[in-house]
Amino acid sequence: MIWKKIKVGFHKLGSPPVFYRVCQVVAPWLWAGAAVCAAFGLYKALFVVPPDYQQSDSFRILYVHVPAAWQAMAGYLVMSILAIIALVWRIRTTEIMAMMGAPIGAAFTTICLATGSIWGRPMWGTWWAWDARLTSMLVLLFVYLGIMGLYAAFEDKRKGARVACILILVGLVNIPIIHFSVEWWTTLHQGSTISFFGESSMDASMMPPLWWMVIATKLMFGAALLDRSRNELVEQDRRKGWVRQKMEATA
Amino acid sequence: MSALLSAEQVGFTRSGELVFEPVDVNLGAGQALVVSGPNGSGKTTLLRVLAGILAPACGRVDRNALLAFLGHLGAVKGDLSVRENLQFASRFCGRPGLAVNQALARVGLAGLGLRPARALSAGQKRRVGLAGLLVARREIWLLDEPYASLDDAGGELVDRLLNEHLADGGTVALSTHQRQPRLEQEPGRLLISPAGRPDE
Amino acid sequence: MNGRPLLALLRRDLRLAVRHGGESLMPLVFLFAVLILVPLGVGPGPNLLAAIAPGMVWVAALLASLLALEHLFRPDLEDGTLEQWWTGEVPVGLLVAVRLFSHWLITGLPVILFAPVAAQMLYLPDRALGVLMLSLLIGTPLLSLIGGLASALTLGTNRGSVLLSILIFPLVVPVLIFATGAVSAAADGLSPQAHLGLLAALLILALPLVPLATTAALKLNIE
Repeated sequence: MIWKKIKVGFHKLGSPPVFYRVCQVVAPWLWAGAAVCAAFGLYKALFVVPPDYQQSDSFRILYVHVPAAWQAMAGYLVMSILAIIALVWRIRTTEIMAMMGAPIGAAFTTICLATGSIWGRPMWGTWWAWDARLTSMLVLLFVYLGIMGLYAAFEDKRKGARVACILILVGLVNIPIIHFSVEWWTTLHQGSTISFFGESSMDASMMPPLWWMVIATKLMFGAALLDRSRNELVEQDRRKGWVRQKMEATA
Repeated sequence: MSALLSAEQVGFTRSGELVFEPVDVNLGAGQALVVSGPNGSGKTTLLRVLAGILAPACGRVDRNALLAFLGHLGAVKGDLSVRENLQFASRFCGRPGLAVNQALARVGLAGLGLRPARALSAGQKRRVGLAGLLVARREIWLLDEPYASLDDAGGELVDRLLNEHLADGGTVALSTHQRQPRLEQEPGRLLISPAGRPDE
Repeated sequence: MNGRPLLALLRRDLRLAVRHGGESLMPLVFLFAVLILVPLGVGPGPNLLAAIAPGMVWVAALLASLLALEHLFRPDLEDGTLEQWWTGEVPVGLLVAVRLFSHWLITGLPVILFAPVAAQMLYLPDRALGVLMLSLLIGTPLLSLIGGLASALTLGTNRGSVLLSILIFPLVVPVLIFATGAVSAAADGLSPQAHLGLLAALLILALPLVPLATTAALKLNIE
């Protein structure tokens, strides 16, 4: 009974007008939640947490760097789930969502790489180090770019979305392998890798702001995903009846 | 008698929209079907769906015999000779049919076997495609515009080949918008209409 | 079903490759271009060359494999022979596998055969030569599989080649790491077994999965 209701609800979400409406209602709440969490997290990160005894204040970039890195990977997982749904049940709205996740994931990956590089400058003395994590992030960025490029290269957006969904799943298998191989490679070539956290674990007082920031990035990803998907849907369906009705209603 | 090729309410979507109104097809041994409709109505798409090249968006297609599809691209490798192309066709699918030389003679290309396929005229390439139908025996023929770029004699050749194939227990579905096939038995007809787009 | 159609396809692919003689020699030309240009660029010091030899040979193999990808499925799409794959009785995945095998015969095998020459020219220690060839033997089929998948994905687009490189780059990272790691380990007198084992595991993983994904991508792209 409940299962059936869930199923019906799921199929309703596949209908563009319903999906549009849901995105329109949910996204602002997600944005608001993200803003609150980020404000709270950043305040604590910048003013409450004491300076590190080795890195003094420069470690604070971690509160952007780490959540961005996690979100870059979590975003890929979300896209993979959407891609599976899209390929198996051929639901158009999930195809669009899977595609719209890629630029957001790429943005988080870029933030992670940029903050890592900025952090690396005082820590390692160089802007770039062939650290295992940074290198896999760089490869992940190319995976994201590949998905975006492939989708953009098709004139038929539905076909492009389906082909790119296959690529997402190929990446899902491949990303753990890439990660493992890069770790393997750095341990071979560098002897001891420089780790961000060193041997010592983080002090308990440093953790809460991190969690706030992690929640903020999750909400931000969700909000951006819904907004982008809604825009793409309207863009693709601009000649269809339901979009015109919406436009006339708002005009 | 069971159908060699049947389709129920089969349709195809492009960019999420039906290309043509869903159709039924039922072809048994000795039966022919002429698919007609205006340009862009989806004749080629229907034949490609029936051939299994495209997956139908709705409905189902049953193929109970070996199948040959002759599209407007011809499936001829220009860098190979005519003979090599036909040898490949005979090995690639179906049970052995006519020998390559016989098939070439049958379609009026005797003596051209060693020519690179690239050097043939459009009509001659069409004839190589027809010879490809003869070198491997397949019961279902799906021909997309078989009369295109053929002269009058070529058109009659197609009619002759079709009659022989049907008499042999085969079946044919073909699309055409110029010449109508002249067959011994009146073929079935299917008029395709482009799917209406209520939204536009 | 019998194997006749598969054999017919292989024969035709190889015949076409022979007929395009010049193009089919490109992988070797590329290998030697790298072998000659790199010493000219970094200097002829034997130590340096020996150190970068595994990477150089592998990058040459990768580029050789990439070169032929534009011609893997596109000509067949354009002359209509690709759509015929779906009209026969043979599962398309097998036809894809045959096509990838012929790609490997044309791009991978020549590089393996000429690897000893390359190894000599770059002063690779003799004890690493066997491992170099073994790594190429396991790794170049992976390059063909990955390249085939990428070219199937980009088949329906008209600016394939740039996209192709972006798609391939992340996929070949593990192959390159394990393969060159094996050769470097052997050159340093260490056991290359772990690297080669991982490389073989990749091949075993890719052999059934990649033709499946490639078939799905081709199917979407001929629509």
